[in-house]
Amino acid sequence: MTEAIWTKKDLLGISELSTAEIELLLATAESFAEVAERPVKKVPTLRGKTVVNLFFEPSTRTRVSFEIAAQRLSADIVNFSTEGSSQSKGETLFDTAKNIASMFPDFVVVRHRHVGVPAMLARELAAGVVNAGDGSHEHPTQALLDALTIRRHKGRIEGLTVAMVGDIAHSRVARSNIHLLTRLGAHVRVAGPRTMVPAEIGALGVEVVWTLEEAIRDADVVMMLRLQLERQSRFLFPSLGEYAQLFGLNERRLERAKPDAIVLHPGPMNRGVEISSAVADGPRSVILDQVGQGVAVRMAALYLLAGARGGGR
Amino acid sequence: MKLLVRGGRVVDPSQGLDQPADVLIEHGAVVRVEPSIAVPAHGEVLEARGLVVAPGLIDIHVHLREPGQESKETVASGVAAAVAGGFTAVACMANTSPVNDSRLVTETILRSAERAGLARVYPIGAVSKKLEGDEMASFGQLAAAGCVAFSDDGRPVFNTELMRRALEYSRHFDRPIVQHAQDLDLTGDGVMHEGTSSACCGMPGIPGLAEEVMIARDLLLAEETGGRYHVAHLSTARSLRLVREARARSLQVTCEVTPHHLLLADRAVIDAGFHAHWKMNPPLRDQRDVEGLVAGLADGSIDAIASDHAPHTADEKVLEFQTAPFGIVGLETTLALCLDRLVRPGRISLSRLIELLSTGPARVLGLPGGTLRPGALADVTLIDPERELEVVAARFRSKSRNTPFDGWKLRGAAVATIVGGRIVYRAD
Repeated sequence: MTEAIWTKKDLLGISELSTAEIELLLATAESFAEVAERPVKKVPTLRGKTVVNLFFEPSTRTRVSFEIAAQRLSADIVNFSTEGSSQSKGETLFDTAKNIASMFPDFVVVRHRHVGVPAMLARELAAGVVNAGDGSHEHPTQALLDALTIRRHKGRIEGLTVAMVGDIAHSRVARSNIHLLTRLGAHVRVAGPRTMVPAEIGALGVEVVWTLEEAIRDADVVMMLRLQLERQSRFLFPSLGEYAQLFGLNERRLERAKPDAIVLHPGPMNRGVEISSAVADGPRSVILDQVGQGVAVRMAALYLLAGARGGGR
Repeated sequence: MKLLVRGGRVVDPSQGLDQPADVLIEHGAVVRVEPSIAVPAHGEVLEARGLVVAPGLIDIHVHLREPGQESKETVASGVAAAVAGGFTAVACMANTSPVNDSRLVTETILRSAERAGLARVYPIGAVSKKLEGDEMASFGQLAAAGCVAFSDDGRPVFNTELMRRALEYSRHFDRPIVQHAQDLDLTGDGVMHEGTSSACCGMPGIPGLAEEVMIARDLLLAEETGGRYHVAHLSTARSLRLVREARARSLQVTCEVTPHHLLLADRAVIDAGFHAHWKMNPPLRDQRDVEGLVAGLADGSIDAIASDHAPHTADEKVLEFQTAPFGIVGLETTLALCLDRLVRPGRISLSRLIELLSTGPARVLGLPGGTLRPGALADVTLIDPERELEVVAARFRSKSRNTPFDGWKLRGAAVATIVGGRIVYRAD
């Protein structure tokens, strides 16, 4: 493992990580990936530690991924979701945080529809806070697992051309990935309808283009974003059909990318909208591989945070 | 009742004065401003050596929360904060509970102000009944009760027909319509400025356009109707351009800006870890807007600096950024911030600052004060430009502590506040 040391109590976003910290997370995740291949998929690293999964937004795969990660590290994990919780009875987030604090968890994994909630909990709680997605802000473990997936297939990130297509404005996956990939030296090209791509996003060091074709030309990696049908304003695009026609990825369009290009999607997919089934299930797709990397990345995050706090092995 | 303010540097932009002089006050009015006035018999002397003697500062945009939201602020706590910040008068917005859309509410506010006996309070009446934007409030009744302007502040007058009629009808009472300029459709669920910072962090944005579109519409209406129009908390460079152009066409248009829009930019929201003390409406804009507004102070196109003092309880401001209410307090920080961050680095002169905080606001709302001419109200603010202070929100006289400036070290502050010839505040 690398020489770098981890000092942060929390993992709130890629934007606040140094390149060395990103590399350390990825290297640690690589080493944990091997645990998944063992017959007994469990190490005693976090025995006696408690992880609280605090999901204020519905999620299946991310929550389960954190659960498996915690269990493979021998931590105890408790799920707390909003349905039937005190949040829906009008308790403020602040009170919820204090209540959780009084149960002395070691880690709190939080997802919330509002930007900055993990940062706010991190200020209030002694526990290490892991951001599992806050509004359209960040989703750091998703970006890390995407990076790990890309590295597995391409052997590197530096120098790759990555096309990111879809609703950039409302995507936390896009933001975390942009921070991470540009930091590690990839050339990132983003595209989407003008109503969904803030022109100012260029400030993050990405190239902004306005057609899918331009975006994926000679790309090594094509990352399709989920069209978040549930949170769209009715003025952003006229219909799903038109969206698919202009910005949906299909086999024909994928031919513009490099012959060995891989296709990623953070899921859950809207098949036939941003991605055709033929591409999603096709030979270039590494979508299921992404999900697999998720557990290793989350193990790495919990493991490093535990070390920062004097616990762990 | 005689008071001699002796040995200070009198800065009175209303007369173009900036010179050492004494100020003699009798029976609540300024009598004379001259070098070396003899101490009057039975008179009190206030030594002002090393101090700036200015016409009383006036904050034309505050929320005193009374009646109805006394856990945030009361008229009494609000005026205590005002005089501690050097303000001798404030104009308070109508978004109380019940709304100040009737004589009864106006009188309630004025009675509380009289009881407190500190700063003068000038109520601003609602444009629409209950601030609902449907029916015009009773301007005549409100004006007679003491309202100095009309505003739905907190919300825009969004309905174009209502704004047109309000601008027409308010002419009968020679009072301005104060607009909280914000297109609600363009605002959506935005909570911070829409720009590079919001694009980078994913927080829903409020575009500058939301303000500019509304001002552009209103200026056409003001031109057509001949009504007096004042833009509250103007926040973008392009809004200022619109106001400048309108003035060049001789429209009766004025505008104010807040200290926070002059000193902070949207990036601060991210740097503060999305703490709701950095959440206000309009939001902190980008650096170009900040520069544009400061330039507007210097070139005269801005009439007033106003705090938009908006108290909220700690319980509300600990909520997550997107849920917490908009607004910050400002009465106890405005003067010191402007002295330290605008005058000290030479962005504007001291005399111009006094104009923006006293003479200008008085002119915008047609208030007495803003001058030390003989016969004027004896409202005077004594400022020590060298006094060092640290902003400590926990020690505010306001009931609320919601400020992004907590802990800032500043130089320059009010050390005595005189209202109607009476010393109502003295710094320790």
